[in-house]
Amino acid sequence: MNAFAEAAARATTEHASADSDYAVELRGLTRRFGANVILQELDLTIRPGEFVALLGRSGSGKSTLLRTLARLDPAPAGTLRAPAATTAVFQEPRLLPWKRVWRNVALGLRVAAPRHRAAMALDEVGLSHRHDAWPLTLSGGEAQRVALARALVREPQLLLLDEPFAALDALTRLRMQLLVSALWQAHRPAVLLVTHDVDEALRLADRVLLLDKGRIALDAAVDIPRPRRHDSAAFIAQRAMLLATLGVME
Amino acid sequence: MWGAAMPILSETISASLPAWRPPVALRRIAPPLALLAIWQAVTSLGFTSSQTMPAPSLILVSLWRLIVTGQLAPNLLVSLLRVAVGLAVGVTAGTVLGLAAGLSRRGEDFIDPTVQMARTLPHLALIPLMILWFGIGEAPKIVIIALGASFPIYLNLFAAIRGADRKLLEAACMLGLSRREVIWDVVLPSALPGFLVGLRQALGIAWISLVVAEQINATSGIGYLVMNAQEFLQTDVIFDGLLIYAVLGLATDRLVRSLERRLLAWRPILLAN
Repeated sequence: MNAFAEAAARATTEHASADSDYAVELRGLTRRFGANVILQELDLTIRPGEFVALLGRSGSGKSTLLRTLARLDPAPAGTLRAPAATTAVFQEPRLLPWKRVWRNVALGLRVAAPRHRAAMALDEVGLSHRHDAWPLTLSGGEAQRVALARALVREPQLLLLDEPFAALDALTRLRMQLLVSALWQAHRPAVLLVTHDVDEALRLADRVLLLDKGRIALDAAVDIPRPRRHDSAAFIAQRAMLLATLGVME
Repeated sequence: MWGAAMPILSETISASLPAWRPPVALRRIAPPLALLAIWQAVTSLGFTSSQTMPAPSLILVSLWRLIVTGQLAPNLLVSLLRVAVGLAVGVTAGTVLGLAAGLSRRGEDFIDPTVQMARTLPHLALIPLMILWFGIGEAPKIVIIALGASFPIYLNLFAAIRGADRKLLEAACMLGLSRREVIWDVVLPSALPGFLVGLRQALGIAWISLVVAEQINATSGIGYLVMNAQEFLQTDVIFDGLLIYAVLGLATDRLVRSLERRLLAWRPILLAN
């Protein structure tokens, strides 16, 4: 239970300063678990409103990096600047099953009319009709959309997405990607999307990072005009380049 | 061989299926009713003396007599009151201790080892001591019931609080909930099913404690009726007492179940109904 107090204390110490050019600024970040170095001297910046995808194999440190940014893990060595208005959507929706959908969205929201705000956010993700439902009656895709609404209603400057579509079926995943793309364009938070789906990264991100052995092995801009089609020449070329870097031949 | 046997088998099955199947309720109630009928037949045919094993009909008659002579009501009331007060004290104590130990490490260090040691002691073994300390009035009976009921509440609540989903706690932390909100909105609701399991166990133990406490020394209550009946060889009244205990146990269990349905309306099992 003390973890909460610690996390709360940390959250007040290292906010991104208003005059910084970056939403996120990491310098020389190192994270260890015992003798294992998970993140090594990592540098990373994300501009306000930028959509960054973070690729990497299992165990490459993706989730650790995201948890560090979310301040869910203890403060690491190095410099970390991230906005106070940071929120995350995880692989599982993590809704409170004993609170109706709108109450989950409004959870901890300190605004004048939380119910109204929650309703608006649910409307944005197309779930107005599930406003009063119990979370355990939702489908996987619906639950994840509620989680998105819960994140967006907080007007984050940094939105962390930790493989949010990994547990969904292929069709639902495509719909969710379109939804995230639309919401990002409407609200313009900086986004860090952790994924191991190269197509997903190319469909959504301005920039793709490849994390390998605790270091950023590749930092490439995605210059494909939006809306992006996975069968366009530019898309196919970028994908081939990325897969080659990942050591996968097509 | 299989090729030849299989069609025959399936034909036999479909042929032996009756057109009408008794409803579930009837199928479930039939065996106990049959047992009762056998009991009635064996006893009324004079195979056993009514002092060893009275017929179900005689038991009902004597129960009726207990009711109309006004013997049952005051004794039942006394027993119910003992359980109610004992439970109230026990559940409150178990809840307070469970919350204190569950919600803080310091509370755990202070409370848990003591409670864990105390619970290994069968609480009914304390009755002689309780009588020495509190005499033979209501106090020792209520203390025994309260003591017995407090352990399952404490154990279940403590485990349920500590078993709260880490991922939900993380999400709550991420969403900026205060410690008070995390406890109120995440920890306690997630511990509620465990608490209710504890409550059901506590009820069971409370009834057992009542039976034992009332049979050892009492001048009123269902247990007193039964002990009295034993002295006068009124076997039918002993059976009346057993019947009443059974009905009371069942009724309180039902009460907790309906409480569960109300409080845990969000659970998928209940939503499906």
